[in-house]
Amino acid sequence: MSAPSGITLATLTKDIRLEWRSKDAINSMLFFALLVVVVFSFSFDPVAEESRHIAGGLVWVAFLFAAVVALNQTWAREIRNQVLDAYRVSPAPANALFLAKAVGNFVFVVVLEALMTPLFIMFYKLRALGPAWQLLPVAILGTWAIVVNGTFFAAMSLRTRSREIMLPLLLFPVSLPALISMVEATNIILVGDPSTSAKFWIVLLATYDVVFTTGCLALFETVLHAE
Amino acid sequence: MKKAFPILGLLTAVFLSYALYEALVVAPREQTMGDVQRIFYYHVPSAWTAFLLFAINFLASVQYLVRRNPKTDQIANWVVVAVGVLTCIGAYVIRPLPQDVYPSSIVTTALSVVGIYFLIKNYFSEQGTDILALTTAEVGVVFCTVVLVTGPLWARPVWGIWWTWDVRLTSTLVLWLIYVSYLVLRRFSTSGQTPVLAAALAVFGALDVPLVYFSIWIFRTQHPQPVIGGGGSIDPRMLHILLINWLAFLCFAFLVCWSRYQVERLQRDLEETQALEALLEPGGNIR
Amino acid sequence: MTFLYAAYTATWAIHITYLITVVRRYTRLKREVSELNKRKT
Repeated sequence: MSAPSGITLATLTKDIRLEWRSKDAINSMLFFALLVVVVFSFSFDPVAEESRHIAGGLVWVAFLFAAVVALNQTWAREIRNQVLDAYRVSPAPANALFLAKAVGNFVFVVVLEALMTPLFIMFYKLRALGPAWQLLPVAILGTWAIVVNGTFFAAMSLRTRSREIMLPLLLFPVSLPALISMVEATNIILVGDPSTSAKFWIVLLATYDVVFTTGCLALFETVLHAE
Repeated sequence: MKKAFPILGLLTAVFLSYALYEALVVAPREQTMGDVQRIFYYHVPSAWTAFLLFAINFLASVQYLVRRNPKTDQIANWVVVAVGVLTCIGAYVIRPLPQDVYPSSIVTTALSVVGIYFLIKNYFSEQGTDILALTTAEVGVVFCTVVLVTGPLWARPVWGIWWTWDVRLTSTLVLWLIYVSYLVLRRFSTSGQTPVLAAALAVFGALDVPLVYFSIWIFRTQHPQPVIGGGGSIDPRMLHILLINWLAFLCFAFLVCWSRYQVERLQRDLEETQALEALLEPGGNIR
Repeated sequence: MTFLYAAYTATWAIHITYLITVVRRYTRLKREVSELNKRKT
């Protein structure tokens, strides 16, 4: 029996390989994010100076909705082929599976963000007036916050009616501190006011990530066996 | 208890009427806000009751999760006691404390949390703990709805705005959202292990609440907003009437919870009996 | 002040609505229990 890290790696590479071949999740995410950007462009005039202040919020809302699209089908493949049942019976630790799924989702969403960011910059003529390098930890920590909770709640809503609406319903309230931190940090960095600093928000994001990753890892075994 | 229920109901109704009279007639008229301020006598006790109910829900959910395994149960007992002791020590050691927070209140809170945890443990079976969690969540959401409705009704005439995204309002709204999603999960889940899932969600929500409060507090102190329900000292006569109303609402909440608990117990017993009946049918698999 | 009365009315409206749902659930359950008893005998 391979070590937990081996299981995680194996599941992760399997997921990435499957995704690379079918490009299901990436395509739907990309298209959805693009639609959201276009709709927002009509609602909020991108050229106006005020849009720089709300651009942070818009970007993260678009990514959040797109991430939900990906998260919804996280476990669909596993259910279809009774992989979860096999996993439950095996002596492998549940955390390894969870970690693999979460990291896989993380990779997909990060790829999405990398593809969408140039588009956002173009549509909204964004220019970071503050320290742009800080956007990187914000993006990484923020994406992980959404993904780790999303994967957990996706597992939780597996056997519920209206599964697709259940996930955002559970995810959004719990993600609020992370969302606030991400939006505030992005706005501070874009607006570039020298008296403000995004450092506090980045620390809060990191705290959120630690608390909820621990929570998810601790409770996933329970959730897996509860299905 | 069943026999006492009508009498208790009547007493509570009388108490609530008395509290209402106190709030509307006896309480002194507030200088700046006028009579509208009397909403406070309903708004604040509802908020405190909702928080108490959600706290009980959290403790019951934790109980439910740890009780399934005797080892985790033991560990959890020690953790709860340790947290209680550390909080009591910390209340006197940590300086400076936030404004308006006194060591005695921290100690009281810690001791009551530990007390409630062990009371639930002794008086509720495993299934009972789950029903308790469901009941307190439902009644808590009802009280929280009252808070979110009376709040804007108070804010509008006094501050001219229905809503603002300040700390208290936003964190109360988020709390409401988290528990509504908890109830939705309970209703829509078709898994046989719904109680376990719901308990896990309740724990998550409880982890989230302090973070929400903290992040919104920092968020809003950077962008000054009108502070609703600001602190400051309170007229002792008003405090007296506030506490009367709170006590009346606590009695009311207790009776509502008790009723809901019994109804849920009845429902589960019925479902169990029906399931058993279906198994023992002449055309069934068994026998 | 209309807001004051609205607030108090709303509070009790919410509580009474919830109590009605509990009572309705209870009467439905009682009916099912009596049906079950009838079927047994």
